[in-house]
Amino acid sequence: MSTLEIDRVRKSYGSLEVLKEVSISIDTGDFLVLLGPSGCGKSTLLNMIAGLETISGGEIRIAGRVVNDLSPKDRDIAMVFQSYALYPTMTVSQNIQFGMKIRGVPKAERAKAVQAAADMLQITHLLERKPSQLSGGQRQRVAMGRAIVRQPRLFLFDEPLSNLDAKLRVDMRTEIKRLHARLGTTIVYVTHDQIEAMTLATRVAVMKGGVVQQLDEPQTVYDRPANVYVARFVGSPSMNVIPGTLRVEGDKVMAVIEVQNRPPATISGIGLSRDAAARYAGRPVLVGIRPELFSVANGQPGTITVDIDVVEPTGPDTLAVFQLGGVEVTARLPPKQVEAGTATMLAVDTSKLVLFDPATENLIK
Amino acid sequence: MAEAISTLPSPSPAPGSGRVTKTDETPRYNRAWIGRLFIYATLIAMAAAYLMPLWVMVTTSLKPLEEIYGGSFIGFPQNFTLDAWRVAWSQACIGTECTGLKPYFVNSLLIVIPAVVLSTGIGAINGYILTKWRFPGANLVFGLLLFGCFLPYQAILIPMARTLSLIGLAGSIPGLILVHVSYGICFTTLFFRNYFVTLPDDLTKAALVDGAGFFRIFWSIILPTSIPIIVVSCIWQFTQIWNDFLFGVSFTSGAHSPITVALNNIVNVTTGRKQYNIDMAAAMIAGIPTLLVYIVAGRYFVRGLTAGAVKG
Repeated sequence: MSTLEIDRVRKSYGSLEVLKEVSISIDTGDFLVLLGPSGCGKSTLLNMIAGLETISGGEIRIAGRVVNDLSPKDRDIAMVFQSYALYPTMTVSQNIQFGMKIRGVPKAERAKAVQAAADMLQITHLLERKPSQLSGGQRQRVAMGRAIVRQPRLFLFDEPLSNLDAKLRVDMRTEIKRLHARLGTTIVYVTHDQIEAMTLATRVAVMKGGVVQQLDEPQTVYDRPANVYVARFVGSPSMNVIPGTLRVEGDKVMAVIEVQNRPPATISGIGLSRDAAARYAGRPVLVGIRPELFSVANGQPGTITVDIDVVEPTGPDTLAVFQLGGVEVTARLPPKQVEAGTATMLAVDTSKLVLFDPATENLIK
Repeated sequence: MAEAISTLPSPSPAPGSGRVTKTDETPRYNRAWIGRLFIYATLIAMAAAYLMPLWVMVTTSLKPLEEIYGGSFIGFPQNFTLDAWRVAWSQACIGTECTGLKPYFVNSLLIVIPAVVLSTGIGAINGYILTKWRFPGANLVFGLLLFGCFLPYQAILIPMARTLSLIGLAGSIPGLILVHVSYGICFTTLFFRNYFVTLPDDLTKAALVDGAGFFRIFWSIILPTSIPIIVVSCIWQFTQIWNDFLFGVSFTSGAHSPITVALNNIVNVTTGRKQYNIDMAAAMIAGIPTLLVYIVAGRYFVRGLTAGAVKG
C-alpha cells in the first residue's frame, strides 16, 4: 500500500518553474531520500508534502487521501528542520509536547508520551533544559522527539544533519536509521549528501532542475545510474565517464579508448543486450567506470597500460589519477601498489561497467 | 643534599634581576596611571556639566522663595523645605483651578498607559504579519508605514483635528490616546518587524506542523522571545507620549490636559513674583516617570536596541 503518492506535481513562482511534473510513489515503511544539489527543488517538494508551500499543479496523496488543500496539521505528518526550529523560550519537555497540548491531549498522557520519546532518544536528563543550553546533536534529538510523539503516518526530514560536525553527523545518521527500523514509519528525507542517501534510503530520488532523474533503490542508483548526471552525483570519488568507441565482433562487445602517447586501450567483455550492441556498434559511447572497478593487473588479458599522474593515499586505499580517453580518471587501488610517474597495467571489472549515449547522456540498456 | 645546597645561591641574584625588570616596568605603569586619571577627570567634568541643570533644579525646588531671590541660584539650600513640592503637586493654580499637578498627572497616566499598550500590541502584530505571514505587497505596506515615522507632528495637526471632531472624540482623553496610538504604530511596527525578521521562519513552520494557528504562534512562540523589543517599544512610546506637548495642547483642553500642558500653564501663567521653586518642583514631578522607566528598564533598552546586531 502506498503511503505517499506524488502525482505529476508542479510548482512555479510566476513564470519560474521549479518543479516539472514530479511523480513519486512510495510504500508504507519506505525511507525515501530526495537527493540533489541546492536549488534542485527537493526542499520545495518536501514543503509541499508538509503543506507549507502551495501546489501549482498535480496531486499529493497521503494514505490515499488528497492533501493538496489540507493544512499541515491535518496531513498526519511530522517534520524535522535543518535549523531544528526548537521553540527558544520553552523547555525540552514543553517543546516535545507543544503539538499535543494544542490538540488537547490530557496532561498525564502527554507526560507519558514525552517520557517514552525521551527514553528512546536518551534525552531524559535534558527535559527541563532550554534549547540554548543544548549542543547541536542534543537539539537534533529533541527535534526528532517532537516529531516522534506526534505518531504521524509520515516523517519529513529537511537536511537534518547539515548543521552538525562530521563525527556527529555519522552518529546521528545511524540514530535515524535505528529509529526508522524501530518505528517502521514512512520517511521522506531531503539531503544533498549522497552518502546519507546511500546509507539511509530504501528508495532514492535523484533530482536536478525540478525533474526527478532517477527513482530507484540506492544500490541500483549506484550501479546502474540512469544518466551521466546521476552517475557523477552519486559516489565519491565520482564515476569516471570516459569517451570511447564501441566495437562489436560477433558476441563480443568491447570499448576502445584513446590513450595519450600509447596505442588505444581496449576494454573487452562488456555485457550489453544484442539490440543495443547492434545499435551502437562502431559508434562513440561514454564508458562509465567506478574508481573501485580498476585493479592492478597481474598478467591477465584485457588490461590497459596508463601513466600514473598523481597518487593520493586515503588510508584504507589509494587513489591513483591518470589520463584516459582525454579525461582525468581516478582509480581506487589497494595502498602502496602504484607510484606516481610510472607506467602501470590496470585491469577493469567489466561486470559493473556502464555505457552512456554521448548525445542524450542516458544509460544504454 | 649537595645538590640542594648548590641551588641555594641561585635565588640570591634573582632579586637583583627582579629589580631590574621592576625599574623597567615602572614608567610604563606610571604612564598608564596618568592616562587613567585623565580619562576619569574628563568623564567627571563632562558628567558634572551635564548634571548642572539638574542640580540647580533640585536645590531650587528645596529652597523657600525668599532664599532664591535673596541669594545664589546655585548654592545648597540653607532653609530646607518641601513646601514647593507640596504646592506644585496639590495647590498650584492652573488657569482658574488651584488643584496642583495631581489631576493632570493622573490624566497623563490615563493617556499613556492605554496608548503604550495599544501601540506596542498593534506594532507587534504588524511586525509579525510583515515577517512571518508575508502577503503580496507586504514590502510596500511596510514602506508606507515607515514613511509615517518621518511625518512631522505639525503636518498632521489639522487633518487629525478634523478627524477627531468627525468621530466625536475632540478634546477628550480617548481622542488623544487615538492620536498617540496612530502616530506611534509606525515606530513600533518598525521595531517589531526588524526584530522578528531575525527569528528563523522554520519556527513558524514547525509550529504550523504542530497544529498552531496564527494567534497561537504569536502568543506561545513569537511574543515570549520578544521581551527585549517589547521593552524597547514600551520605553520609546512611554517617553514620546508622556513628554508630548504639541498633541496635548492641540487636542485637549482644561481638565483633560496632560501634565506637560499643565506644567506649561504653571510656569508661564503667574501673577506677581515668579515662583521658581514651585516651577522646578513641578518640572521634576513631570519628569520623574520617564526617569523611573529608564532606571528600571534601561538595561533591556540597550539590549533590545542591539539585539539581532550580533548573532547569538
